[in-house]
Amino acid sequence: MQLMGRQSWLFDRRPVILATGTVVGPFEGQGPLAADFDHVHDELSIGQDSWEKAERALFEEAAQLAAKKAGIAMDQVRFLVGGDLMNQIISSTFAARTLAVPFIGVFGACSTSMLSLATAAMLVDAGGAPYAMAVTCSHNATAEKQFRYPTEYGSQKPPTAQFTVTGAGAALLGRSGSGPVITAATIGKIVDFGVKDPFNMGAAMAPAAVDTILAHMNDLNRSPDDYDLIVTGDLSKVGHRLALELFAREGFPIDKTVYSDCGMMIYDYEKQNVQAGASGCACSAVVTYGHLLNRMKKGELKRILVVATGALLSTISYQQGESIPCIAHAVAIESGVN
Amino acid sequence: MDLVRAFLVGGTICLVGQLLMDVFKMTAPYAMTALVVSGAVLDGLGWYDPLIEFAGAGATVPITSFGNALFHGALQELERYGWIGIITGMFEVTSAGISAAIIFSFLAALVFRPKG
Amino acid sequence: MAQNRKKPPGKKPPGRGVSLSPEEYRTLAKQAEPKRNAFANAVRAFLVGGLICVIGQLVQTVYIEWFGFEKKEAGNPTVATMILLSVLLTGFGVYDKIAQWAGAGTAVPVTGFANSMASAAIEHRSEGFVLGVGGKMFKGGRPGRSSFGTVAAFLVAIVYMMFHPELIKGGK
Repeated sequence: MQLMGRQSWLFDRRPVILATGTVVGPFEGQGPLAADFDHVHDELSIGQDSWEKAERALFEEAAQLAAKKAGIAMDQVRFLVGGDLMNQIISSTFAARTLAVPFIGVFGACSTSMLSLATAAMLVDAGGAPYAMAVTCSHNATAEKQFRYPTEYGSQKPPTAQFTVTGAGAALLGRSGSGPVITAATIGKIVDFGVKDPFNMGAAMAPAAVDTILAHMNDLNRSPDDYDLIVTGDLSKVGHRLALELFAREGFPIDKTVYSDCGMMIYDYEKQNVQAGASGCACSAVVTYGHLLNRMKKGELKRILVVATGALLSTISYQQGESIPCIAHAVAIESGVN
Repeated sequence: MDLVRAFLVGGTICLVGQLLMDVFKMTAPYAMTALVVSGAVLDGLGWYDPLIEFAGAGATVPITSFGNALFHGALQELERYGWIGIITGMFEVTSAGISAAIIFSFLAALVFRPKG
Repeated sequence: MAQNRKKPPGKKPPGRGVSLSPEEYRTLAKQAEPKRNAFANAVRAFLVGGLICVIGQLVQTVYIEWFGFEKKEAGNPTVATMILLSVLLTGFGVYDKIAQWAGAGTAVPVTGFANSMASAAIEHRSEGFVLGVGGKMFKGGRPGRSSFGTVAAFLVAIVYMMFHPELIKGGK
């Protein structure tokens, strides 16, 4: 691998995404991408007796599915890179306990999918592991309980609010094999433009997404038309619109490619009451590993840039009147045979 | 007639709460606190009791009555015992509501599971 | 496919980061916020809030007519009944759906108070009954209201007392 520019890597060994595992909850199963997920649960409790246990069950299931689909035993996976939204990332740690794989825990809030994927790609490309897995998860009820209000609390969500996805996405990477390949990644800096409203994450995260995308293009000397699709993780309606504004002001020709957002893709705005759209670590994970890679396998997409975005606040920082620092990590994925 | 007045007054107080949230951009906890405080102030001015006479449940059901009750309790004890009554009196009048909420919530936790 | 095509000469790429200042960005973000439909919300709050008070009035009448409470005393059992009703609706998972629609219409009446305690109690059952249910029952924003309301009433009482100095001694 090579360091490119200030904050990007070029993976010349081109680690392969051998298989992915995507599982979601019932609400996501009612959305337009349901057919692209490996398993849709019909109960939010995932058959567990607490929301927290449900979330880790999703993580475990996604990881096990990815290994199974690749025909690899879990103990051949050398390293598991994972994280989630819970305090002390307990969903990932408790799941990793079950999976019994050496574990690198990362916290990127909703940017964890690409943060973990970039880290796992770096491991494989640098020769540090023949197989590495990147997994992340989120659950609507655990997120509401931790960050906002108890789930049965009657609050009226504003139209900028987003709905946390219940699900988990896992990607198993290897040195060779057939499947989409990871060619580059850009690690984001923390960007904070002073937005304080946790019910308007899209606005908080948009500058971070734009910052990382610009850095990526600069570091790798690329431009938007090098990609068939640039997709952000969960800016949703409000953030997506702001990102477009920011691109316009920077003179960045985003219109040379298709620019989309996972948070706007996973739910049906007409039928599902999700205000601005989706959020949560699982949002970018399941949409990328399920839907986008499927499209790539069908030949509809050849080269995509997935930019997962995260809001790095805690309940205490918010109550203390702090603003919301955000981050975005980008991974370039190409269809190709290694 | 009682019902109409309860509807109008209660609805108006809720309307004020909604405006505090939408127009003044207060979050729910802040808006509700503001209403509790105004209940106390209105009672201090002697206006809340007449409102209760007029609108019945329209004035006792909204959370403003909580502030009113707190002040009422303080006032009762103030009149009886002097300044120390302010402290001892406050929870006299609201204890039914709070106890009911605590007990019923506890029982609910025994019986119900969160649905998400 | 070449990984690193050279850019055509003479084309200046955009800068590295967002060049807007944070203040400018926040102004932009404010404009991008979808407008809350304050009018519709206000109407719904009025209707639902009024309706809940009507129900309260009916309950109070029942206590006066059938159970023989005095008008003054009927307030307590009425409030307790309203609290019970909202705790039940919270337990059945229905309250939050109504509240999303009604906003302040369900939050302002005492039902909102009951819902916030009941929802916290139900949610935190997974942490046990003492620390979870008991300890976190007051989590839903209500401790703020009760404590703040208490302090406010205290202050109002002190102000009142200053206007009625004959009360300081008591014995009325």
